[in-house]
Amino acid sequence: MTLLSGDASMTTTHPAPDPAVQERPPDDVAAARPRFRPGRWLLGAVLLVVGAQLATFLVGNERFEWDVVGEYLFHPTVLQGLGMSVMLTVIAMVVGSALGVVLAAGQLSDFGPVRWASTLYVGVFRGIPPLVQLIFWYNLAFLVPDVSIGIPFGPTFASWSANEVITPLTAALIGLTLHEAAYMAEIVRAGILAVDPGQRDAARAMGFNGRQAFFKVVLPQAMRVIIPPTGSQFISLLKGTSLVSVIAMSDLLHSVQVIYNRTYDVIPMLVVACIWYLTVVTVLSLGQKRLERHFGRGHDRTATVAGGRRRPRLGLAGARA
Amino acid sequence: MTAPGSGPARPVLSVRGLRKVFGDHVALDGVDLDVHEGEVVVVLGPSGSGKSTLVRCVHQLESVDGGAAYLDGELLGYEQHRGHLRPLPEARVARQRRRMGMVFQQFNLFPHWTVLRNITEAAVKVHGQRPEEARRRAVELLERTGLADKHQAHPKQLSGGQQQRVAIARAVATDPRIMLFDEPTSALDPELVDEVLSVVRDLARTGMTMVVVTHEMDFAREVADRCVFMDRGRVVEVGTPQEVFEAPRSPRLQAFLTRFAQRQQRADAAAPAV
Ligand SMILES: Nc1ncnc2c1ncn2[C@@H]1O[C@H](COP(=O)(O)OP(=O)(O)OP(=O)(O)O)[C@@H](O)[C@H]1O
Ligand SMILES: [Mg+2]
Repeated sequence: MTLLSGDASMTTTHPAPDPAVQERPPDDVAAARPRFRPGRWLLGAVLLVVGAQLATFLVGNERFEWDVVGEYLFHPTVLQGLGMSVMLTVIAMVVGSALGVVLAAGQLSDFGPVRWASTLYVGVFRGIPPLVQLIFWYNLAFLVPDVSIGIPFGPTFASWSANEVITPLTAALIGLTLHEAAYMAEIVRAGILAVDPGQRDAARAMGFNGRQAFFKVVLPQAMRVIIPPTGSQFISLLKGTSLVSVIAMSDLLHSVQVIYNRTYDVIPMLVVACIWYLTVVTVLSLGQKRLERHFGRGHDRTATVAGGRRRPRLGLAGARA
Repeated sequence: MTAPGSGPARPVLSVRGLRKVFGDHVALDGVDLDVHEGEVVVVLGPSGSGKSTLVRCVHQLESVDGGAAYLDGELLGYEQHRGHLRPLPEARVARQRRRMGMVFQQFNLFPHWTVLRNITEAAVKVHGQRPEEARRRAVELLERTGLADKHQAHPKQLSGGQQQRVAIARAVATDPRIMLFDEPTSALDPELVDEVLSVVRDLARTGMTMVVVTHEMDFAREVADRCVFMDRGRVVEVGTPQEVFEAPRSPRLQAFLTRFAQRQQRADAAAPAV
């Protein structure tokens, strides 16, 4: 071998191939076989056992009374409650998001008073537990007996008794919406700050005015960052509607409570509620995935190619991730 | 301060005593500059000398702390009101910006839109061109910049050089009176610089009035009608490329050119001989 000869020119060239290697067919990683990974097999087995136990518990334990669950799953009272919960969620989410965008813009404003007011709002409404806010709004009549429209410190045009205006429904809507707006304001603000400042420069350089630059250029790009936490927010809001049962709103939880107070089928009725909550959450998550794809467009080099990433199937064997 | 002279020789862009301060750092310290119809002015200067700040202030992307800038004799960003100057409302500033095209170092294409929409959106929504007209124009511009097959691509799918060519097309599509380039090739890999410079060169040949901030000395020499050398927020020297490159008067410009020549030599030495 000339490898050790010390000839400088030799160190940069490849050593002569080992004759043993030469006899084998040329290497091609396409023909490689996956590696055996015992750890994954073990973990898989553990999960399988746990899963099987859980399944026997769910099916075998007769206290679940699956026949009662089936009986009440589509009961009109339950469905009405479900409808109410979904309606509260959608309204609070839509109005809350719109308000949140305004508040986020306010927090980023260069006009001090607007910035302070928005920040104060977010601080207060994010800081007080939603349950407290709901009860507070429900009891608004104690604080302000009359609600009126007019010129501040001037004449009033119309006036209602707060007791008439504040029904459980309006209290629930106001409470959930205002609370939601504070959270959405923070989410939207983070999204806006995540957009490259050069984008706003370019938008203004193209002659777009402030509103156009915000709605055409900044917000669509912020959406990419805004949507995932908004999805979680939507879900926690749906679950949060169960709070309104304390002010006698007939939401999903309240309606199953009404039934089990009569029949004492507490566990099966709660299972009914769980099934519906999980169903709606699953639908929402699927919607979120679609939105994420929509707003993610143009952000990575393959985004316009239809379909998602290829995911590994089982992954018991294979390369380390 | 009076508006610069009118008449046939009135400059397209005129900058008078422009000042810009960041905190206690003076970025522009009384800059004067005239750019005439069809003229290509190249701005040179060391890093931090205020070149970007100058074009950003002219384009009203940055507020100005003193002096004034005029586009076709019209004061930018401010108006006379009862014997005082007062800032223009945002909508009128936007209208003034529309008469200038800007190309950024980082391209700043809108990543959520296709190449075509990047070019047509402002033309349609801001300049009121008819959509089919804007589209036709955009396709023509893309062809001229060698990107005819990229209409439907998203910016991130393009190379840096291609993105910058789209950004130039986007700025040109709205028929600006003047184009401002802020180091259009500084973010590019060396082998992509030429394709962008050739688009800028073609644009200069069409008679477009331009201000180009660049570190590409050969390009400056070739394309510039006038070179401006800035240092520490001031214009130190102005002249034809011959005057600036071959007979620099100020020691600072001499030092700047020497540094560049040395760097060039090192680069040549490092490059493999072909
Ligand atoms: N937004 C800002 N805030 C504070 N200082 C700034 C800001 N923008 C620029 N400066 C300062 O102003 C000075 C001029 O900056 P400018 O970007 O105009 O330089 P330049 O000539 O374009 O340099 P380069 O060749 O590196 O791009 C620099 O000292 C810089 O630090
Ligand atoms: Mg710069």
